[in-house]
Amino acid sequence: MMLLTDVVTALGLQVLTSGVGFDREVRGGIVCDLLSIVLAKAQPQDMWITIQRHQNIVAVAKVTSVAGVILADGIVPEQDVIDRASEEGILLLATKESSFVVCGKLFALLSSEEE
Amino acid sequence: MSDMNASLTYEVHAGDIEQGGSASAALKSELRKMGICEEQARRVGIIAFEGEMNLLLYATNGGTLKAEVTPEAIDITVEDDGPGIDDIDLAMRPGYSTAPDWALNLGFGAGMGLVNMKRNSNFFEIHSHTGKGTLIRCRVNRRKNDAAD
Repeated sequence: MMLLTDVVTALGLQVLTSGVGFDREVRGGIVCDLLSIVLAKAQPQDMWITIQRHQNIVAVAKVTSVAGVILADGIVPEQDVIDRASEEGILLLATKESSFVVCGKLFALLSSEEE
Repeated sequence: MSDMNASLTYEVHAGDIEQGGSASAALKSELRKMGICEEQARRVGIIAFEGEMNLLLYATNGGTLKAEVTPEAIDITVEDDGPGIDDIDLAMRPGYSTAPDWALNLGFGAGMGLVNMKRNSNFFEIHSHTGKGTLIRCRVNRRKNDAAD
């Protein structure tokens, strides 16, 4: 079973939020910057990879129950967005790598687990 | 606990993008606290988020998001007083959107809002009159294994 903590370590992700746990299971992912598509397709236990940085990503993550949000391409949101995510228990992660590279690494990691 | 009746109402202000999603996130949290299961709370949350965003992006004066919980179902009502939708069939078409550029840049306007609301509902209806407003009703059944239509 792959946990958030394994994903964060393996992908070298920066943790933006504080007080949000890493014990949730990760089974898949969704990469999309259109919020309605994320709402339609994201599953609980997915990682959501995006370059959106505004407040609404917290609500989208909350209602879809994704395991965590990875902000790619060096995107870092304003502090109030990070604070809101921390309050809502949404794990926000950041990386300088592109969405493409993050997805490739995550896919490889989850595939290695299945073997 | 999960058999209780409750009514939750949220006012959504037009153009208040910074607060966008806060009502639906709060609603989902409340439903979970009431003992509503994750899958049903998730469907209500998605319906509410899309409704909230429509009020925020398109309704002249914002509007009201309401959820009524009974042992049988969760009924979500989204209501505004204008401008109304000229062609509902067109608005319901996946991919059709009238979102302005600034909203598109924030990831809105995929043209999936009303579609997402309908897909997550066991019952969906929309009434709109140009110049008067729009009323959307969605029901999520609480019976086990009662997936969305």
